[in-house]
Amino acid sequence: MSVHVKQDKPATDNRLDTMRQGVIGKPVSRIEGLAKVTGTAPYAAEYPVEGCVEGVLVTATITRGTIVRIDAESALAMPGVIAVIDDERLTTRPAQGTANEAPQQKPRTICYWGQPIALVVAESFEQARDAARHLVVEYKPDEAAPVEADPSIAEEQEDETVREGNLDKAMSDAAFAVDVTYTTKGHASAAMEPHAAIAQWDGERLTVHASLQMLNYNITELSDALDLPEDRIRLISRYVGGGFGSKLGISEEAVAASIAAMQLERPVRVVMSRQQVFQSIMRRSETTQRLRLACDADGRLTGFGHEALVSNLPGEEFAEPVLQSSHFLYPGEHRELVLKLARIHRMTAGSVRAPGEAVGMPTLEAAMDVLAERAGIDPVELRLRNIPDKDPEQGLPFSSHKLAECLRQGAEAFGWDSAPRRPRLRREGEWWIGTGMASAARVHNVAEARARVTLKADGTALVETDMTDIGTGTYTIVAQIAGEMLGLRPDQVLVDLGDSNHPRGPGSGGSWGAPSIGSAVYVACMAIREALADTLGIDETALVLADAKAGNGTPLTELLGGKDLVREGHYEPGKITDDYLASGFGAFFAEVRVNHYTGETRVNRMLGAFGFGRVLNAKTARSQCLGGITWSIGMALTEALEFDPRDGHLVNRDLAEYHVPVHRDVPDLDVVLVEERDAAASIIQAKGIGELGMCGGAAAIANAIYNACGARVFDYPMTPDRVLAAMPD
Amino acid sequence: MPDELIVNGTPHPLPQDPRVTLLDFLRHDLGLTGTKKGCDHGQCGACTVIVNGLRINSCLTLAAMHEGHQVTTIEGLGIADEPSPLQRAFVEHDGFQCGYCTPGQICSATAMLDEIANGWPSDASETLDGPFEASGAEIRERMSGNLCRCGAYANIVAAIRHVAESEPAA
Ligand code: FES
Ligand code: FES
Repeated sequence: MSVHVKQDKPATDNRLDTMRQGVIGKPVSRIEGLAKVTGTAPYAAEYPVEGCVEGVLVTATITRGTIVRIDAESALAMPGVIAVIDDERLTTRPAQGTANEAPQQKPRTICYWGQPIALVVAESFEQARDAARHLVVEYKPDEAAPVEADPSIAEEQEDETVREGNLDKAMSDAAFAVDVTYTTKGHASAAMEPHAAIAQWDGERLTVHASLQMLNYNITELSDALDLPEDRIRLISRYVGGGFGSKLGISEEAVAASIAAMQLERPVRVVMSRQQVFQSIMRRSETTQRLRLACDADGRLTGFGHEALVSNLPGEEFAEPVLQSSHFLYPGEHRELVLKLARIHRMTAGSVRAPGEAVGMPTLEAAMDVLAERAGIDPVELRLRNIPDKDPEQGLPFSSHKLAECLRQGAEAFGWDSAPRRPRLRREGEWWIGTGMASAARVHNVAEARARVTLKADGTALVETDMTDIGTGTYTIVAQIAGEMLGLRPDQVLVDLGDSNHPRGPGSGGSWGAPSIGSAVYVACMAIREALADTLGIDETALVLADAKAGNGTPLTELLGGKDLVREGHYEPGKITDDYLASGFGAFFAEVRVNHYTGETRVNRMLGAFGFGRVLNAKTARSQCLGGITWSIGMALTEALEFDPRDGHLVNRDLAEYHVPVHRDVPDLDVVLVEERDAAASIIQAKGIGELGMCGGAAAIANAIYNACGARVFDYPMTPDRVLAAMPD
Repeated sequence: MPDELIVNGTPHPLPQDPRVTLLDFLRHDLGLTGTKKGCDHGQCGACTVIVNGLRINSCLTLAAMHEGHQVTTIEGLGIADEPSPLQRAFVEHDGFQCGYCTPGQICSATAMLDEIANGWPSDASETLDGPFEASGAEIRERMSGNLCRCGAYANIVAAIRHVAESEPAA
């Protein structure tokens, strides 16, 4: 039995708070934790499949052109080689998040250096790898293709454009104003598990174990790519070794493995090499951003301008949504927001953790620091004075707004010194020490979701959905929600995720997983509660469930009378998404040291305070925040995709050259979870937290660099050479 | 034993193909997929195993080079019913998210604590002669070869410190 709830109104009853099991929000350890720490949790490539052969992708060594010939014999002649697959259905780009259709195919047309063009299949991995390297491919290159974003070839993204009032005049009339331009480099998701798939074909049905974030969309994308009906496909992603956007859409290895398995009638495993993941999967676009801020003598914003230039391949709809939170974070009646997209021939630009805010917030918040200095106002105070009481562009009410609390609680926990600020007040040996802060904001998303909950005759529960856990804690929060509603401990709830045969949710991405699937589980559990209340002849609101017993002492097993109780919850966000502007907010505080002679920056300590609705699990939510702050450190100091200006190929295509933060880069971090119930965010009053932790954090570090040593750097990442060049004598 | 290597106490014949790395031997030939491949180039530490008591990146060495060697993988450190102290501490402190770097972190930390106990200095040590303490700075330096893209570092360090403090190495 399926129960559908469309949420048109805020869920102000906060029913989860009235339940008695007492597990919701608690710092419960991950229920799949022991499987992960003992190495028994299977990731996509790790299923033991009888007779599985190995495929290795071959990628293009030109930027743009066509393939005139693939000499299959050059590989087939090698030991163990079974086939060279160069089927026209091979995909050459990953699908964008929620694309719901096949990405670009036609592998013989080359659009970027590193594009997958064929698959070599052999009995062993070593044989396939060697043969893939020796496959002879003849190209006909096109004349030079643009590989650098140039404003002259950029198109304005009109649905992003806002022009209100007269920003130029506001700037010249302002008591204080800043007009600054920043650049940010491209970023890679670099999830630790490389993209991988094992495809099995039984002549009728295709089963693919793959590393994917959004099965509900991925199955349609795969079906479209293969021209095989969805009901003949099953996707399984029980464990995903990190996604961060890179596994939102079906990617090249899963399609290639499927085609090979169907053609050869043998199971085929394809695992991308780390270099292929860098070169053939999503990049975050580099950006150039101009910020114009105008304020009155009290620091109240009168003008707000944010213009950004981003890039992508021809044919891709995605344009890094840099301005996403700029539309509502700060007031200013004279506004100009413009996003431009240049078409260039680097690999696909797409979602990398917190698309938009990840790069939009660090520049905005660095510019706010410049403004605070000019206006002589403490940076925390400047933000507090600029919290709008409604969405400044559309006039919508906020569903809930915790920026002020985050700023205050964060400042207090960090020990923020609000005395007048000036660079170079503290030096220890070669090191200048300083502090900085920034606001955090990330739009809230929530989507339609289904989950099936079975309260079993034996008094345990089972939750089934195709939702994924990509490290975000889905397994555990689902067990907590069901446990709280049904009066069970989380370990009495079996959570079965990542199987497209289960009821479908929206998947993991855009921080919408927890509020969406959590709401579906809630709806299903509420229906089960109603059935139980019926049995007892009471109203659901009077039903108390805890420790596997009803309030009157009757054990659940007795109430169930030997039968399972099954309900499918179908949650759909209704008018709440039109009637309110919902967002997570937060504040970052950082202390850094900067070496006077080398320009090297080290983070001494960092704190984030975040308000993101109901905290479903204080332990895993904190971990999400820690992850985001760690990414902020990478974005601020080290992470940069570097492209060859001649052919656009990615130069630093591995983990030695693309510098993600390592243990020694990350100091003790503090997280303050600000209490909030956002009734218009979802039926469980929760928002997402996977991304907020990196939406602005890099600016806290940039601002601390300036406060430490006086170097205002306008380019991320703030590497030693850049800091040194900006350092006053 | 000639032509064999010993994994978690069990001898296995070396692979026929000399190109097989120790990592692929464990994952493909033996089905011990707890050891992860993150880069295949010695750049991430996901493949860390313990060979004759020392931690190494199993992707950077060929299986054929380990004749007669004792290899300990994550599966050999503990099982769900009987986890090792570090495995338990990682769960308690949430020292992971996706879990993909985790076996490597735990194998690395297991051997790293022995290195500290045995008086091996690191870049973070103030002197070259021990004894050294498993301080935050020492752990961070010594664990920097194990990347965690989920960014669980703060919790990983807490988990390791917890074990180091509660069970001083013998
Ligand atoms: S897989 Fe061996 S270090 Fe990355
Ligand atoms: S837990 Fe995901 S990479 Fe470390």
